[in-house]
Amino acid sequence: MSRYTITGETGEWEIVVGLEVHCELLTKTKLFCGCPNAFGDEPNTNVCPVCLGLPGSLPVLNRRAVEMAMAIGTALGCEIRPSSFHRKNYFYPDMPKDYQVTQYDEPLNVEGRLTLVDGTPIGIVRAHMEEDTGKTTHMGGDGRIHGADYSLVDYNRSGVPLVEIVSAPDLRSPEQARSYVSELRAILVATGASDGRMEEGSLRVDANVSVRRFGGEEFGTRCEIKNLNSLRSLVRAIEYESRRQVELLERGGSVDQETRHWNEVEGRTSSMRSKEEAYDYRYFPEPDLVPLAPPAEWIAEVVAKLGLMPAQRRERLASLLGESSEAIEEQVATVIDLGLDDLVVATIASGADSRLVMARAANEAAQQPDAARQLDPERFGELIGLEAAGTLSATQAKAVLGELLTNGGRPADIADRLGFKALASDELGAVIDAVIAANPGEWDRYVGGDDKVAQFLLGKVMRETKGRANGKLVAEALASRRG
Amino acid sequence: MNEPLSKDAVAHIARLARLELGEAELSRFAGQLSAVLEHVEAIQRLDTAEVPPTSHPFELVNVLRDDERSACLPREAVLAAAPAAQDGRFRVPRILGEAP
Repeated sequence: MSRYTITGETGEWEIVVGLEVHCELLTKTKLFCGCPNAFGDEPNTNVCPVCLGLPGSLPVLNRRAVEMAMAIGTALGCEIRPSSFHRKNYFYPDMPKDYQVTQYDEPLNVEGRLTLVDGTPIGIVRAHMEEDTGKTTHMGGDGRIHGADYSLVDYNRSGVPLVEIVSAPDLRSPEQARSYVSELRAILVATGASDGRMEEGSLRVDANVSVRRFGGEEFGTRCEIKNLNSLRSLVRAIEYESRRQVELLERGGSVDQETRHWNEVEGRTSSMRSKEEAYDYRYFPEPDLVPLAPPAEWIAEVVAKLGLMPAQRRERLASLLGESSEAIEEQVATVIDLGLDDLVVATIASGADSRLVMARAANEAAQQPDAARQLDPERFGELIGLEAAGTLSATQAKAVLGELLTNGGRPADIADRLGFKALASDELGAVIDAVIAANPGEWDRYVGGDDKVAQFLLGKVMRETKGRANGKLVAEALASRRG
Repeated sequence: MNEPLSKDAVAHIARLARLELGEAELSRFAGQLSAVLEHVEAIQRLDTAEVPPTSHPFELVNVLRDDERSACLPREAVLAAAPAAQDGRFRVPRILGEAP
């Protein structure tokens, strides 16, 4: 990756970014109680004395949440350590207890690494467990906090298990930050711990951004940017914030360490609270929860259950596909993102043409990913075989695949039912001759060496045969007639 | 012995606890809190170099529950306990500033 710098009036600046990613875990229930962990239910229907913080209620840690947190830690190459929970105290109505239970000085996962697709290693400082907060909606005014008349609170999300993944300040460009979140998201989905949906808030990103003179060693003062709801916001916010800091410093000002809010519509960040309001969370050990010290056997069980990670999946496909290209890399990314790579690998293993398998998986099967994940590789392989042999044209193969995914069956039977009989070669020959006769001018140009006209003639043949002809065979027939 | 607690420190603590204290109260509590701190400081005179920190008074670890659903409270009952509710949600006074 080329170096990213900001050119100011006084020289070149480098940006330093560290990211905190909050990931909601896909457990059935909340972190400390048996209320459902569900998105989009009627407000305040998934609440109980524990997640409402009613007096006398006692939290008990969810075993599955711990397993998912350990799976995430393992996938990020972290060391899993004995850990404990703290109370982070603050007054805000999104937590009815007036504190959030989180891991403070003894996080479950420490010192890992995430390798970007381009090979750059990014340090992971920690990946700890904590509970999510409730959801506040500001009413009156313009719907924003400032000017709101009152707020409404839904505690369905309060107590939902989270893992917060904190990166080292190793990122040096907005694009690297995007690449980090994108790879992290793929890893989280691969562990089965997350659905990776940023738009639904199940993956939330805060960015710590600072700038320094290019080539400098010391870090500048950082600002934490919140409300980054998409990869696009992340990139834009880092671009804006780093430029703001450079301009501030070049004017002789200094950066205040503060939390800033990203406004997607205005395309700018703004200070969320003044320094006097800086929070003092008064962390102290949560007396209602005993320490968490996963025994080695339990960790080993979680590690053994972990499937292949995206990087391993990419390598596996690359080794099957041979020489790569940008188009193939895109196909690989799509197939892995949709979880179709097991299908592709099994189909190729059954002897089907690897490039054709990838193309049909990434383009057509990807339109129906749920059905495609259930597809029998043997059936998929049969379809690819029919297309590779020229029995089905590309258009026909796509139609058969659509039917195969929707209703199942055997590709050959589906082709018969759809009337996709292979065009007999004499029938095809007759159509080609007719097209040539009907378009003498184009034919002359083609014979004269204008290869671009071939597409036109091919299109005519396809229309005449209603897509039944095999494009490759038609092209060959045209070429042989040209002599 | 450490410095006695300043009135500024007491004001800060009061603010964190959302308590409004007058001048006289700040002085009074500064004295009382300093006395409490002084009392607890006795512990700091002990040599604890060889004593591991106590994360929890119990020796138990890994108290866990299975990821299984249990009953929730009925919403009417939950909201009935709140000073104000609207549209199935808790209604709270205008919030100044963002969530921490």
